[in-house]
Amino acid sequence: MKDISIGELKDRAQDLRRKALTMIYEAQSGHPGGAFSAAEIVTYLYFKEMNIDPKNPEWPDRDRFILSKGHACPIQYAALGTLGYFPEEEMHKLRKEGSMLQGHPNMRKCPGIDISTGSLGQGLSVGVGMAVAGKRDGKKYRVYVVIGDGELDEGELWEGFMAANAWGLDNLVVILDDNGLQLDGTTDEIIPHLDVVKKMDAFGFETYDIDGNDMEQVVDAFGKINASSSGKPKFIDARTVKGKGVSYMENQLGWHGKAPNDEEYEIAMKELGGR
Amino acid sequence: MNTEQRIATRVGFGEEIVALGKENKDIYVVDIDIGKSCKTQEFRKELPMQHLNVGIAEQNGAGVAAGLATTGKIPFVVTYAVFGSLRMAEQIRQEICYTNLNVKIACSHGGLTPANDGASHQGIEDMGVLRTIPNMRVVMPADYYAAKALVRQAAEIYGPVYLRFTRDAVPVIYDENQKFEIGKAIQIQDGSDVALIANGDTVILAIRAAEELAKEGISARVIDMHTIKPLDVDCVKACIDDIGKIITVEDHNIINGLGSAVCEVAAESGKGIVKRIGIRDQFGESAPYERLLAKNGITVENIVETAKALQK
Repeated sequence: MKDISIGELKDRAQDLRRKALTMIYEAQSGHPGGAFSAAEIVTYLYFKEMNIDPKNPEWPDRDRFILSKGHACPIQYAALGTLGYFPEEEMHKLRKEGSMLQGHPNMRKCPGIDISTGSLGQGLSVGVGMAVAGKRDGKKYRVYVVIGDGELDEGELWEGFMAANAWGLDNLVVILDDNGLQLDGTTDEIIPHLDVVKKMDAFGFETYDIDGNDMEQVVDAFGKINASSSGKPKFIDARTVKGKGVSYMENQLGWHGKAPNDEEYEIAMKELGGR
Repeated sequence: MNTEQRIATRVGFGEEIVALGKENKDIYVVDIDIGKSCKTQEFRKELPMQHLNVGIAEQNGAGVAAGLATTGKIPFVVTYAVFGSLRMAEQIRQEICYTNLNVKIACSHGGLTPANDGASHQGIEDMGVLRTIPNMRVVMPADYYAAKALVRQAAEIYGPVYLRFTRDAVPVIYDENQKFEIGKAIQIQDGSDVALIANGDTVILAIRAAEELAKEGISARVIDMHTIKPLDVDCVKACIDDIGKIITVEDHNIINGLGSAVCEVAAESGKGIVKRIGIRDQFGESAPYERLLAKNGITVENIVETAKALQK
């Protein structure tokens, strides 16, 4: 747990958004919408909560972070680059040939990536495997898995939830980046998930329902998780806004996987508190 | 050779995995609710802290194994060939092979061996599917001793390995002194008129065909190609150069299995002739194992006839 104020965390989230946007702009390819909705969660975990060492990315006792919605990786890359997992100039090479920053995270190329993701629905199972190994080995680390709400369509997630309950994985924290949009439409239009918190209660998780773009609420939820002794795996329904922070991207389907042009980039950088 | 004795290769796996688990606490078994059938019950009983059962959830099982492997464990995901190759195919690709993690997929019920269960349970495409995924190795032992030795090898080398076992008992060909190396074929006997290259439960058919051919003055080299990836290319090239006439035999779809792998080498060398015997791109059914093999020409008689035709 690092000593950082809520104000600093909020500023850091905007800083990561600007870096992620710049990566996507320079690559002219990538997924800004789902990266921005997850900014507060990613910022909180990397800059406050997680027990990690950028100089020793494979430290066996580290907390693990899995971005199961791998397409949102520019926000994770921004966090890793800022923390010094790799030189900052790598951030200019997103999606470029030979880059460690692949279009979707690759653990063999990029330091700090705990598992390669990109095919939706698969990250949680890996997290469950890491968490059960931690329990069996008597390790203190936690596993954080960020999933998308469109991703809830994938059956494998529900297999993973059941295993997490079966094995009492209180060292597993699943955060749902619940931005309400998937590629072809709103989640309610495509496959409604109904009351996800109620479902997760029924699946044996300790649940939280927060505004996932409100840093105070994020900090508060993790405070409760850190104080919990329920023995259950944890689930946070982080209700977020896709494209959060850029007026023309917010809640817009078209900004799932699209890079801004010069003018759009300038506007977005200003709105995100840049020059 | 004691071909009177018959043991399913899944039994060899079940015994060896217990021995490995006792020697190394990082060896894990991830069962998918068919441990009883896949012979991991002893492991579960003896080594409960190295055992997990994900229930009837193959995709999760593959992912959990990947997660275990990131922490230094050596998990064996255990199920049937059809599920272990196809139901979890993309999880194997994304989380095990793309990541090059140290996960083994160990599957019983390979090929037509779950005969009475019918086509739904007969994994006939598995080796071909997994052969096309980078970083994966694909292995089918021919008998009980081969299974034990190759399971041990798989545990000792780093990286993804697919192991395929028989449901039903198959004749014992080797003994405990036979050495095995993943990627290195075994020449069971030398010959000069035709090369019979087989794997898994069809190796015994090749051996018996060679015996029949010998009676008719045809000398057959018999190869156990237990690993189809990485293929022992040197062995295939030697068969091409020394003999030039090859028959492949496999309990797998004739598309993309052992026969295809051998043909790739032969075609690129521009020499030799290869005849493939295998499942004729058709589904099986509930029937006796030998009947299912016969419907696809996977028989001693057909190997002999094919070999004789090649001599003309």
